[in-house]
Amino acid sequence: MLQIILTLAIYMVLVIPMGAYMYHIATNKKTFADPVFDRVDGAIYKVCRIKREGMTWKQYALHLVMTNAVMVLVGYAILRFQGFLMANPNGIEGMEPTLSFNTIISFMTNTNLQHYSGESGLSYLSQMLVIIFMMFTSATSGYAACMAFCRGLAGKRKDVGNFYEDMVRITTRIMVPVSIIGGLLLIWQGAPETFQANFTVHTIEGKLQDIQTGPVAALEIIKHLGTNGGGFFGANSTTPFENPTIISDLIELWSMMILPGACVITFGKMTMARRKEEKAARAAQAAQNTPAVAQKAPAKRVFFGKQGRTVFAAMAVIFLIGVTVCFVSESNGNPILEQAGLNQDMGSMEGKEVRFGIAQSSLFTTVTTSFTTGTVNNMHDTLTPLGGMVPLLHMMLNCVFGGKGVGLMNMIMYVILAVFLCGLMIGRTPEYLGKKIEGREMKLVAIVLIVHPLLILGFSALAVMTSAGLEGITNPGFHGLSQVLYEYSSSAANNGSGFEGLADNTYFWNITAGLAMFFGRYIAIIAQLAIAGSLLAKKRVNETIGTLRTDNAIFVIILVAVVYIFAALTFFPALALGPIAEHLVLWMS
Amino acid sequence: MAKQEKRTKFITRDILKSSIIGAFQKLDPRYMIKNPVMFVVEVGFVLALVMTIVPTVFGDDSTLRLYNGIVTVILFITVLFANFAESVAEGRGKAQAESLKKTKRDTMANLLLPDGTEKVVNASELKKGDVVIVRTNEMIPNDGEVIEGIASVDESAITGESAPVTREAGGDFSSVTGGTTVVSDWLKVRITSEPGQSFLDKMISLVEGASRQKTPNEIALNTLLVGLTIIFLIVVVTLYCFADYSEVQIPIATVIALLVCLIPTTIGALLSAIGIAGMDRVTRFNVIAMSGKAVEACGDVDTMILDKTGTITYGNRLAADFRPVKGIKKEDLIDYAVMTSLCDATPEGKSVVELGKTLGTKITEDLSSQMEFIEFTAQTKMSGVNLKDGTPVRKGAYDAIKTYVTENGGTVPADLEGIVTEISGLGGTPLVVCVGNVVYGVIYLKDTVKPGLVERFDRLRQIGIKTIMCTGDNPLTAATIAKEAGVDGFIAECKPEDKIVEIKKEQAEGKIVAMTGDGTNDAPALAQADVGLAMNSGTSAAKEAANMVDLDSDPTKILEVVEIGKQLLITRGSLTTFSIANDVAKYFAIIPAMFTLVIPQMEILNIMHLSTPYSAILSALIFNAIIIPCLIPIAMRGVKYKPMSSEKMLLKNMGIYGVGGLILPFIGIKIIDIIVTPLLALIGL
Repeated sequence: MLQIILTLAIYMVLVIPMGAYMYHIATNKKTFADPVFDRVDGAIYKVCRIKREGMTWKQYALHLVMTNAVMVLVGYAILRFQGFLMANPNGIEGMEPTLSFNTIISFMTNTNLQHYSGESGLSYLSQMLVIIFMMFTSATSGYAACMAFCRGLAGKRKDVGNFYEDMVRITTRIMVPVSIIGGLLLIWQGAPETFQANFTVHTIEGKLQDIQTGPVAALEIIKHLGTNGGGFFGANSTTPFENPTIISDLIELWSMMILPGACVITFGKMTMARRKEEKAARAAQAAQNTPAVAQKAPAKRVFFGKQGRTVFAAMAVIFLIGVTVCFVSESNGNPILEQAGLNQDMGSMEGKEVRFGIAQSSLFTTVTTSFTTGTVNNMHDTLTPLGGMVPLLHMMLNCVFGGKGVGLMNMIMYVILAVFLCGLMIGRTPEYLGKKIEGREMKLVAIVLIVHPLLILGFSALAVMTSAGLEGITNPGFHGLSQVLYEYSSSAANNGSGFEGLADNTYFWNITAGLAMFFGRYIAIIAQLAIAGSLLAKKRVNETIGTLRTDNAIFVIILVAVVYIFAALTFFPALALGPIAEHLVLWMS
Repeated sequence: MAKQEKRTKFITRDILKSSIIGAFQKLDPRYMIKNPVMFVVEVGFVLALVMTIVPTVFGDDSTLRLYNGIVTVILFITVLFANFAESVAEGRGKAQAESLKKTKRDTMANLLLPDGTEKVVNASELKKGDVVIVRTNEMIPNDGEVIEGIASVDESAITGESAPVTREAGGDFSSVTGGTTVVSDWLKVRITSEPGQSFLDKMISLVEGASRQKTPNEIALNTLLVGLTIIFLIVVVTLYCFADYSEVQIPIATVIALLVCLIPTTIGALLSAIGIAGMDRVTRFNVIAMSGKAVEACGDVDTMILDKTGTITYGNRLAADFRPVKGIKKEDLIDYAVMTSLCDATPEGKSVVELGKTLGTKITEDLSSQMEFIEFTAQTKMSGVNLKDGTPVRKGAYDAIKTYVTENGGTVPADLEGIVTEISGLGGTPLVVCVGNVVYGVIYLKDTVKPGLVERFDRLRQIGIKTIMCTGDNPLTAATIAKEAGVDGFIAECKPEDKIVEIKKEQAEGKIVAMTGDGTNDAPALAQADVGLAMNSGTSAAKEAANMVDLDSDPTKILEVVEIGKQLLITRGSLTTFSIANDVAKYFAIIPAMFTLVIPQMEILNIMHLSTPYSAILSALIFNAIIIPCLIPIAMRGVKYKPMSSEKMLLKNMGIYGVGGLILPFIGIKIIDIIVTPLLALIGL
């Protein structure tokens, strides 16, 4: 437990300056690195003829979707024809169409669900040009959308920003530099970075074994930093090449946690800045009227904007509850193995790496699903039922920090819902950040909230009702249902973590999971940008003591309750037949 | 605020009867589809009914007929309860409308033809622009404007106020309402509304709820409810599939029961009733809101612009103090001041007597017979009495008394002018009292703030509403009254244009502004304000510009309407939260009941220890149905509202309806389970 607390404490120290840095990037404010990056960006703008004009939400969404579409087409072609292309020392053949479809959607939507194994399914060219490239662009797309969303909510400017400018600035100023630093750290810890073909070695047993390396470190860092999660190897971060030591494990943990958390801080600072400016303007006006009072208040150092703090706190509470449940459940071990005479004092070590143990494994499990990364340092399929329910639930919530930016946007949906109920309960038209929440916003929020369970439950039901779906299920009974739910939760939440154990490289699973990822990503993003656009266009309403406060502890509690109640209401029956039933049967027979 | 409300019984026999009939009439699916949540319940009812007749139709066991039948009945009752709630709300509105309709019986009108002759026509044939003559004891046929004549009009049919009011051509009192009666003299009226469009018609249809449009908040809430319904449809349909996969057989009737329990039926059933009842509450205050939107907007008001005269103060200047000049005892001044006013019927005069009495004068009305009363005239500018011994006692304006005293050989005391100036400076009116040629002192008359307003404004401040007073007075006077009333700001020497400027200024800051007004020149400001409350005594221009009309012409009512607006939103929010919170307990009743047969370990989730799966499911379903009529009184009367800070209010309502909504169904379902278990055992379930 202590190491979990320490890890999270260090995370808090890292995330606050990162949030501040990201705020400066998002609002075009000065940073220490400007002299270098301004030149780089300037060159890119010139070459690409980016005019950097502000866009409406519709333009922004359109450019985002179209850019993504182009990348999908090119990537699909590379996957299909990788056998004929260069950088393929291991002679891997072109990918099958439905698997290519699944893979390309998976990486473009920042899901990184893998129905293939990197070792045998991808050439080095595909790993770099498709996988690593998309890990950058999909993460950046999500983050760009979130910044546009925050601008809409903060309402400081008339438009939501320029999509291309956001893409460039985020890539050059955050993704690339942090990846280089993190990648070098991973190489220091022993992750390979090479174009070498497979080694063939003699094992002690006197047999031959192929050992694959490749440009692993480069993929590894952006895999976490961009909350992507698709491993170089099939076994993902459990393998020593991807995740050699406990230090590399921590680097990977922090790098996947830092940007989603920092997003919330950025959001807080953006909304705060707007209020500050308004206050300053009012003070200036007052000062004009009475010049004698023209004193400047000393600038306070702000770690969090108040609004961001509430959201961060609510996410943190849910996250901590999840980690605790997972940790306790894993520590308790498996009673059936205990009866069989296997010592469970260490907890349930089935499917876990001894170099990480229960604490780092359960922390990593909760983080990877909460932050929608999907990378694993242990096999989720072998988690205890309740331990496995936590990652499943957090993907169903999809707002506990969530993927870069996207998680924040999802949480804001619940915030709007909470604000709507609370606002009515104090007798005012509900308002958030000074904007009224009306029919149009509720409609869009409802769409986002409906799509997620529709994809997860709908496809899961389809899978268990059709023979094509049933063929993929490798475990009978409740655990089988958990596998199916996990697959689609992971897809719809654009998480990409695999419960594994599902025989999922079939037409049925490739196509349905691909569709779940596609709709899970784009419907939500477009609807959320529409909300931002709609709020942006509204007149700001006055704030009085009669206004609902969304920056205090009460609201945090209400927000957490709203998230839990809505999620419980939606997913409880499915969970009851999956992990809960499994747990009860396991412990009570 | 309840004191002004017309007390009516919550539900009368008539309303009950019509509501029960209405509940059945509303079963028509074409009507039900307007309320998607309840429509889903009705569809569930039809499916359950089919399965009662042919239990095997969807592949269920044929032994389930009885169970299906019980579910069918409960679902039917659920739908009826919802329809009943709406009918009750409408019924209460209709009862009000009936009394209005009585005044709208067929009236004949004397149409004035262009050639000057009169023709008797039916009132319903009158067109906009027609001119009619209305004589004593005739009813004004339609809304209009007086173009000639002056008359007293009995408006009790509309306002409930029995004292007739004066209506005359030109000015602020030129508008007349159809359905009111001329009690003396005659009026020439130009009709200003088309038949069927008159104020009375509008009122009737508004009160009946016939022309009710969904308000923005209602639409948003409805969207949320529909969204939740869709989500639960997905949940329940997929659950059926999952259960099938897990080899758990769930009867279709149970699936329907779960769905109905989960979708927000409580708020879905009461939503329209809450809206109708909200309008009705406003109407009970004798305020006609032109739309539900206006009532809701009231809840959001940030700033209120109030006229000083009539709203904050009585408008009459009343005695506030007596100020003797040097050398005169205060008691003597009071005695003489009261004497001058004994026969004075003006409000000022009466107030002098009243104040004198409270200050302990011994002069009583009996003395008036021994005195000769001198009335106020424009020439003398004073009034008073001649005592039995002939001594003249006078009160009047400073200049008039000064001249009077000097003419009669007296001297003006040196400190008199000081007192007079001081009183004027405070915005009061000084009345100087003299006995013979001796000046005794001054009566301090001032504009008086209505009692209770200070606390009212304080309450408004607590909920974040700012009050601004408008007055034509000079800044000094305005400041005095403003301070006394406790308003947050004031505009002195205010012209109608200033009001608009102020409203626009406030609106630019994103504030919602409410104002009251009566005169024609208030019309633009009323239209500009987000909430405009016009007085019924005002001109038709003002009434048209406003979105609410107060039939009693009491401007302070805006305060009540604001509270009703807030109450309306709170009621909706609270019942929604309650409805959603209820689901948790229902899950704990139904989910274990569904699965324990196949997964015995699920029994641990049956934390209420409900006796059998059937009793658990039926108890949850029954609870879901009877909670609707139990909440009808709250929906009709609204959640109790007391002004307090937003945080406190949120905590309070969350505590009652959120946490309460979580806990109550656990208790309720358990109790129902205890009751139904033996009954079910009796019939073999």
